[in-house]
Amino acid sequence: FCSSTWLKNAIQTVTLIPGDGIGPEISSAVMKIFEAAQAPIKWEKRNVTAIQGPGGKWMIPPDAKESMDRNKIGLKGPLNTPIAAGHPSMNLLLRKTFDLYANVRPCVSIEGYKTPYTDVNLVTIRENTEGEYSGIEHVIVDGVVQSIKLITEQASQRIAEYAFEYARNNQRASVTAVHKANIMRMSDGLFLRKCREAAEKHKDVKFTEMYLDTVCLNMVQDPTQFDVLVMPNLYGDILSDLCAGLIGGLGVTPSGNIGTNGVAIFESVHGTAPDIAGKDMANPTALLLSAVMMLRHMGLHGHAKKIEAACFDTIREKKVVTKDLGGNSKCSEFTDAICQRVKDMD
Amino acid sequence: ILMRSTPPPAKYGGRHTVTLIPGDGIGPELLNHVREVFRFSCVPVDFEVVHVNSAVETEDDISNAITAIRRNGVALKGNIETKHTMPPSVKSRNSVLRTSLDLYANVMHCQSLPGVQTRHKNIDIMIIRENTEGEYSSLEHESVSGVVESLKIITRNNSLRIADYAFRLAREKGRRRVTAVHKANIMKLADGLFLQCCREVASGYPDITFDSMIVDNTTMQLVSKPQQFDVMVMPNLYGNVVSNVCAGLVGGPGLVPGANYGRDYAVFETATRNTGKSIANKNIANPTAVLLASCMMLDHLKLYDYASLIRNAVLTTMNETRLHTADIGGQGTTSEVVQSVMRIIQSKGQLTSEL
Repeated sequence: FCSSTWLKNAIQTVTLIPGDGIGPEISSAVMKIFEAAQAPIKWEKRNVTAIQGPGGKWMIPPDAKESMDRNKIGLKGPLNTPIAAGHPSMNLLLRKTFDLYANVRPCVSIEGYKTPYTDVNLVTIRENTEGEYSGIEHVIVDGVVQSIKLITEQASQRIAEYAFEYARNNQRASVTAVHKANIMRMSDGLFLRKCREAAEKHKDVKFTEMYLDTVCLNMVQDPTQFDVLVMPNLYGDILSDLCAGLIGGLGVTPSGNIGTNGVAIFESVHGTAPDIAGKDMANPTALLLSAVMMLRHMGLHGHAKKIEAACFDTIREKKVVTKDLGGNSKCSEFTDAICQRVKDMD
Repeated sequence: ILMRSTPPPAKYGGRHTVTLIPGDGIGPELLNHVREVFRFSCVPVDFEVVHVNSAVETEDDISNAITAIRRNGVALKGNIETKHTMPPSVKSRNSVLRTSLDLYANVMHCQSLPGVQTRHKNIDIMIIRENTEGEYSSLEHESVSGVVESLKIITRNNSLRIADYAFRLAREKGRRRVTAVHKANIMKLADGLFLQCCREVASGYPDITFDSMIVDNTTMQLVSKPQQFDVMVMPNLYGNVVSNVCAGLVGGPGLVPGANYGRDYAVFETATRNTGKSIANKNIANPTAVLLASCMMLDHLKLYDYASLIRNAVLTTMNETRLHTADIGGQGTTSEVVQSVMRIIQSKGQLTSEL
């Protein structure tokens, strides 16, 4: 996954999906910073607004799909889901198109952006295709609704193995499976079994299991006890947002989605912020940190470290930061400050 | 909690009989301390102890416990462990107890305690969690080998019932706002139904503000600005997450009591329902949550003076950092805390037995 088969000087093409709202401006910020850092990345911009194919099925435009299939790596800004009837969620569409089965969110406390929690350094790995988000619901009789949570051996095995591989490749000491197998004996029981099996194959990584409620209870008291967490879809959704809250919110949290066939799409998980779009007020940190995650995934650790350090230093110094980070600088000013730092590092 | 729908249990000779289920882990030792404090304070409550063995597969023990609670109307319990080595057909005993007695409302009041150091201050949240259905329906099957379906059931009746409970409680306690927690953007039918029922009930309480929040955003808000929440109502699983987050925010599982109310029965326990196996029998567990739960029980039995007496003693002890147990950063033992509680009770001049 962290393949170092890429030659350090070879230019890699990455599909860039700027997105909507503040998407284009934060994407420009990232491109500018990457240029200043002389990262060997060439951007191929694509639009993923869904179109209806023959037969009326919603799909992402063929040129976007072709680009991603070719480049394998993508960076994406926030997307709007149009309210049009029958239009699927854009994120869901991307997920299904590329079988993005793992959502990975590293949550690290940002020095200089104070929250009640310090020293947070954990990673949530969420199964992203099934579980409670199967979308299978029925009205049984009037007033009784059934929603089906689907857990399969295949998907559980896949995410469990990914979690351990990730831990190994990123020098993480332990993996904790989060579950509610006391209540959902069969479904979470199956998930847990697959995690245990993957643990057997990766004895160099410590494995623990913890109930979802215990994780929540302990997370808000002492998040430093957690390292890598792996879990089914819903718990992952809740926990990854909870952890984002610990370090300062979605505006500073990176995220990556891993798919089959080597596809990986890194994204900012905040919204499109239409109220500040086009006003040079947006904070590009989340997208930038996701891009840094992308560099690491591609094996470009040197550039990743440089850009990340420049970003954190700028935030820590607090002189030129955007409004949400406690300052009153413009997005372009914040971006320029980071660019300058990156250049000074050389 | 003055909920008139639950009739006060019968009593003989002015004394109440309450079912006591010790459970596993720290349950037995902490509930013994409750009995110690009750005996000392001459509380007119007799405990009928029913043991539930979590190591056996048969349902006899839990059936006996349920029968005893039906008889007495009220119970105080520790958490019964769910062993993973058991086949999946063996359901969580705690869950069976809740559904059999139709204890539909789990109520937890999370308040910042002045004597306890936490990252966030001034938290005062009431959590009302639907306690019988949702993701805890225990309806699972393996349709094809390696493919498991788990059913989440949401019904109009139970959603209306819990929403109604939440609003009635909010009004009774003079609370201003009720927030429904859900994931209706994804689970459109199930959580959509729940939300719809909350809205319907809300329309009958124009004096109380009603809003809703998606569960993942809720947890994010809780860890950054928990003071914004007043009363929260939600289905079972989100209730599990939110109540544990809130308990953690005010100081941990050792501090917060919880109550499970049905139309005819009430069962009291700690809010986060932990067995605490790793700290059992070491005299280090925090007895606060269990003692406060027993006070909630006394309020339910309308023994308000005894409830206040013990509660005040417990909260006063909390202010003494020297007596804090390990979970809240101290080095005190369980027995030291209990002794302090009894000493304070004695100093109030009430009739007590020998210290």
